[in-house]
Parts: sequence; structure tokens; C-alpha cells
Amino acid sequence: MSHRTGLEVSHAAAEAVKLAHVDVVAAYPITPNTHVPERIAEMVANGELDAEFIPVESEHSAMSACVGSSATGARTFTATSGQGLELMHEVLTVASSMRLPIVLSLANRALSSPLSVWGDHSDVMAIRDCGWIQVFAENGQQTFDLLLWAFRVGEDPRVSFPVIVNFDGFHVTHVIEPVFIADQEEVDRYLPPFKPNAVLDPRRPVTMGAYGPPFIYSETKKAQDFALHKSKEVMLQGFAEFEKIFGRKYNFVETYKAEGAKVLLMVIGSFAETAMDLVDKLREKGEAVGLVRIRLWRPFPQEELRQAVRGAETLIVLDRAMCFGTLAPVVSEIKAALYPEEKRPKIVSFVGGLGGRDIRLEEFEYMVRRGSELAQKGQEEIYETIGIR
Amino acid sequence: MEKFSIYAPRLINPEENIAPGHRACIGCGEVLAVRYALKAMGPNVIAANATGCMEIISSCLPTTSWKIPWIHVLFENASAVISGVEAARKALTRKGKVPPGRVYCLAMGGDGATSDIGLQSLSGALERGHDFTYICFDNEAYMNTGVQRSSSTPYGASTTTAPPGKVSIGQWSQKKNMAAIAAAHNIPYVATACSSYPFDLMAKVKKAAEVKGPAYVHVLSVCPTGWRHGTDTTIQMGRLAVESGVFPLYEVENGKYKLTFDFPKLRPVKPYLKLQGRFRHLKDEEIEKIQKQVDKEWLKLKSLVAMSMEKKPVAVPAAIESKGQGAGSKGQKAKSKAKKAKPARRPGKKPKKVSRRGKK
Repeated sequence: MSHRTGLEVSHAAAEAVKLAHVDVVAAYPITPNTHVPERIAEMVANGELDAEFIPVESEHSAMSACVGSSATGARTFTATSGQGLELMHEVLTVASSMRLPIVLSLANRALSSPLSVWGDHSDVMAIRDCGWIQVFAENGQQTFDLLLWAFRVGEDPRVSFPVIVNFDGFHVTHVIEPVFIADQEEVDRYLPPFKPNAVLDPRRPVTMGAYGPPFIYSETKKAQDFALHKSKEVMLQGFAEFEKIFGRKYNFVETYKAEGAKVLLMVIGSFAETAMDLVDKLREKGEAVGLVRIRLWRPFPQEELRQAVRGAETLIVLDRAMCFGTLAPVVSEIKAALYPEEKRPKIVSFVGGLGGRDIRLEEFEYMVRRGSELAQKGQEEIYETIGIR
Repeated sequence: MEKFSIYAPRLINPEENIAPGHRACIGCGEVLAVRYALKAMGPNVIAANATGCMEIISSCLPTTSWKIPWIHVLFENASAVISGVEAARKALTRKGKVPPGRVYCLAMGGDGATSDIGLQSLSGALERGHDFTYICFDNEAYMNTGVQRSSSTPYGASTTTAPPGKVSIGQWSQKKNMAAIAAAHNIPYVATACSSYPFDLMAKVKKAAEVKGPAYVHVLSVCPTGWRHGTDTTIQMGRLAVESGVFPLYEVENGKYKLTFDFPKLRPVKPYLKLQGRFRHLKDEEIEKIQKQVDKEWLKLKSLVAMSMEKKPVAVPAAIESKGQGAGSKGQKAKSKAKKAKPARRPGKKPKKVSRRGKK
């Protein structure tokens, strides 16, 4: 049986990696992700975890070493944040295109400049189209759970894609929370050993990373995208099996008190927990307000999203990142997904919580009030910024 | 010598691990060096290749020239990729997931991938002490993209991004000394080689592979396309580079320098330069300048060799002495480790001995 214990979420993430019997970890320090690799290095140094820890000289090399390791057939993990992810960017596309199931825990952080070590979603939004499976955890338990799920789904030969587990920098990484830490026996039941289709091995030589001229490049890309869409079936199986063994249920799009809601808030990441408090408060007052949280960000669950918002009159979307010069990343995805719907809610876009700034209960309440108002008269600006001076 | 020429080819590993049919230019000295290096390494190897000529000529989807497990990821990260491969092999071997035994890890790249864009990842991998061999195939410019200058392009050479003009000589800077940079990491083995000396190249690559820990081999790879000379003069060009001292062949074993070929008198650089289109624009006084620089570097190398041969340590002022001792004891440790790794495999000076090593 798993045991419930209070620990820092970064350490809970490290526990998940340890329980997954990871073979190789390559990481470079960057705030606020550092506690994850630090804890893993400690486990390796103490002999608690039988793995190779490579203290690389940059994030670019971290991801490159992960590619080499995963291609050799080792279960591979790395962790990073903000600028670190951007430095990895070039290698991220290679890892997904070569179908290497590396797992990356991403402590979401703002991007320079000005330098900010604090949290928002600018980092992951800048790499959202790199071909990785991307999920968002909202708290310590989800971070722990989704990391185990990430290894299982990513390494499934029907999937064979790398996975990013997002958890908010500081707001989640650095807090101490009660987390159910699973037993080794349970994890072993959930997570089979990594058996890739082809590896770098002198007994059976293969060429990896050949170049694709125009007559074949398009086919490789189409095949990759097809496989990424198709992997959703295995992801659902991964969730179902998780529920069976650990009793906790996950889905691509999750709702909170959304039944019969006229106004829906949509939040991605840890701020959803504050939004839940607001929904509780407003429901008590008898207001038909609910919450939709996006768990799976890539591949984007269009159909599941359409179902989740069906019947609502207003959809208020909060983004914690900007796409300079156009719509914010989440809302643009939502608008695209809902466009084919004959009857769709009015969509209002807010941006906030940038660079570690908090969004409090009263600001969520403002969003609901102002959002409903804007839905009536139409939002002229493409987004409104929360709490801006 | 006649006997040698009969036997030597038979001593070479007949296995070809880079298959013919690849798309290298006619007269390519680099693919020749790759071929020799793979012969020396044998089949028990995993290779990571940086983007560049060797990658692009050998791996057009859905075909491949490689008969060994081979991976190409990006331009600047072959050393980091091989770090991951090596770590994975270590973990998987320890956990019994792959059969026990050593698999050589090989990273390779051109001079741009090594001395420019990939220098950081190479330095990181050397410093961390991964058990791998890095081979730099140096053709002295970015040939794959159309002969742009790199930090490994020699002074005075004409390239497309450092062309000679009314106010420029072409390459204005001196060639970066990558072998010295590798040696500065205090790794157990560093060597320079050239495909014009195949037995020496193979012996050095084999030695590099067998050394425990990081090893670096810098191979001058003659490039008729970029250097603009006859495709039938590749071997001659490599020999002229070595015999004129432009590219001396040497080894640095546990910090000790040893010349592979010592010449009582070097050939002048002029005939070497005159045969190549990339140096055609140089005037006599510029050639004289290059000659002086080559002489200076040769003397520097000779003094390093002489220092390495000293039995007694050179007297140093007391203040530096303690520091010197520390470094010395570290070097000795590495040496004793290397001795254990390969007993009875002493490098010889004569080519005859070199050929014997080729057999093993």
C-alpha cells in the first residue's frame, strides 16, 4: 500500500523517478527545477537509486545526453525550467521525431528578459509544437502520478514519444504537501520494463538520425503526427490502469462543478485550485459557475474540450503566457477547437499570473464578473490583463 | 621494407564498416580516415556523428552506409550524445539488461563541430571522464556548407566567408590548436593523425579506443574540393602537411608528448601551399610569415617532447612547487591506471612496430 507523507513536491517528483527504476538522468541546474535533480543525485550518491547521473554542462547537452541514452535503450529522465527548456529547444524536436520516450519534468518558469526565475507558462508555450506529449499537474500528487503515467505511456511501443510533465515553478515545486507515495510493488505492476523497438547495440546495428530529402521528409512528418494523435488511446488506457491500481482518476479535460454551469472558467496548471475555491463560493450563492481544467495539452484534446463546454453560455479562459502579436496560447487553441461547433459559448480571454505574480480569489471573482459583462457586450481587446498597473 | 609492403595490407582488419556507395567527393581524405578508424575499432562500437560531411554522405533516408550502430542528432552535440550512450551502457550492463563486456563509444565530427559549435559539449564530456573516443576529422573549413571559414582554418587560406580581397589576406587568424585544448583536460590519450599514414592512424585510433576514459584523436582530412587541388594528390597533400611540419603527428599519453615522426629537417611549406588553390593568392612574404609560424610551432612541440622525456622534473621555484607536485601525483595515478588497461602494448617509434599494432 502507498503511504501518505508530507514532502516538498520536487522531492515527490524525485520519488516517482526512483520508483520508476530510471537508468539515466542528465540534468543541469536551473531555478526552480533544481530540487528535482538534486534529490535524484543524492539518491544515486547514497545507492538508493541504481542509475547514472550525468551532471552535464548545459541543458542542450542534458537533452542530447538523454537522446543518446534513450536511443541505447535506457529509461531516461531529465528536469528543467524556463531558459533551460529554451536552450534544449533544438534537441526537443529531434527527441520526438526520433520517437525517444524521454520523460521531462518541467517546473514552469517565465522567460527573460527581464530575468525572472518565477513561474508562468511562457517556457512550455514556446515549445508546445515540438512533438512532445505534454500534460499539466496542478499539485504534488498529480505531479507524482503523472510522472509514473508519463513513463508508462511514452515508452509504450504503440506511442514511443517523449513526455513533459508541467508543474508550476515555486507555486508547486517548492511547497510541502501531503502526497501518497506509491509502493514499489504497485509501481512495478503499473510500469513494465522499457523495451524499445530498436536500440543502438553492436549485436544488431541500426542507423538513427539519417537525413530526409524532399522525397521522403513529408512522409516522416505525417507518420509522426499520425502516431501522436493515435497515442491518445494508449494514454486513456494508462489513466484507466492508473485508477485501477492507485484509485486516482485522470482525464484529458477535467471539470469541476461544471454541470449546468452557464459560466465556465478555464484554467491550466496550479491556479485551477484557487479557481475551485471560487467556484465553491459562487455555487454556494447559487450561481451557475463551473471550472474546466486542461490536463492534456499536446496532443490537444479537441473533441473532449468541445464536450466539456457544451451548454455553457460564457467561457472565460485564463492564460499564463502571451503569444506576442496574437491571441494568448490557450485561448487560441480553444477558439480553434470550438469554431466548427454550431452553438458555442462566448469566449473571453484573460492573461495573468505572469512571472510569478499571484492570482487571488478576488481576482478570479473579478474575472467571472468582468468576463460575463464582456461576453454580453463583446470583448474589443484580444485579451484583458489581470492585475496590471 | 619490401616485406613490409607485402604483409602490411594483410594485417589490416578486412571488415568494411562504412559501406561503399556513399556520396563523398572524389579524392576525399576524410571518408578514407573514417574507413581506417572503423577498421581499427572493429564491430564492437557505437558511434555518434555530428552533422557534417560524413553524416550527409552516408545516411540519406532510407539508405545507410553504416554497418555499426550509428546515431546522428545535431551539429554541436555529438559528445553529449555519446555521454548519454556511455552512461546508458554502464547502467544497463550493471543491471544485467545487456551482455557484459565493453563496447567502444565513438563520437566524431568535423573541425566546425569540434572546435567551434561543439567545443562546449566536447569539453564537458572530456572533463566528466566518460569512457569514449572523440575523433575530429579536420578538413579545415565548413566544407559541407560550401567552404566557409572555421576556427580550424589555417592562416592565409581562402574561404567563402574569409575571402582574400584588396584589404584582406583571407583567413586572418591562426588555426586553433584543438589537440592542445583536448590535452589541457588532462585526459589519458590525445593524438594527431592523417589518412596519408593509414597504419599510424589505425594504431592511434585503436590505442584511443582501448584507453579507459576519454581519448581524443585529431585527424587532418585532406579535402580536394575545399582546398582546391587535384583529386589524385590527396595522399601527397597529407604527407606534405606532415613532412613540412604544418601538421605534425604526435601523441600525448598521460600528459607526455611524443613525436610520431621526427624529422631532422622539415620540408619548406611553400610546395605544400603552392599546390592548393586556397593559398594561391599568397605572396612570398606571406608564405615566409607562414613558414616562420610553422617553425615556431614545431619548436614549441619539440620542447614539449623534450620536457616529456626529462627523467628529473625541472627545478621550479618553491612557491609553484607544491602545486606542481599535486598535478604530478594526479598524472601518475592516471598513468598507472592506463598501464593496467593495456599491458604489453608499448608504442614504438619505427613504422615497422606501428604495423604490428595494426594486427591487434
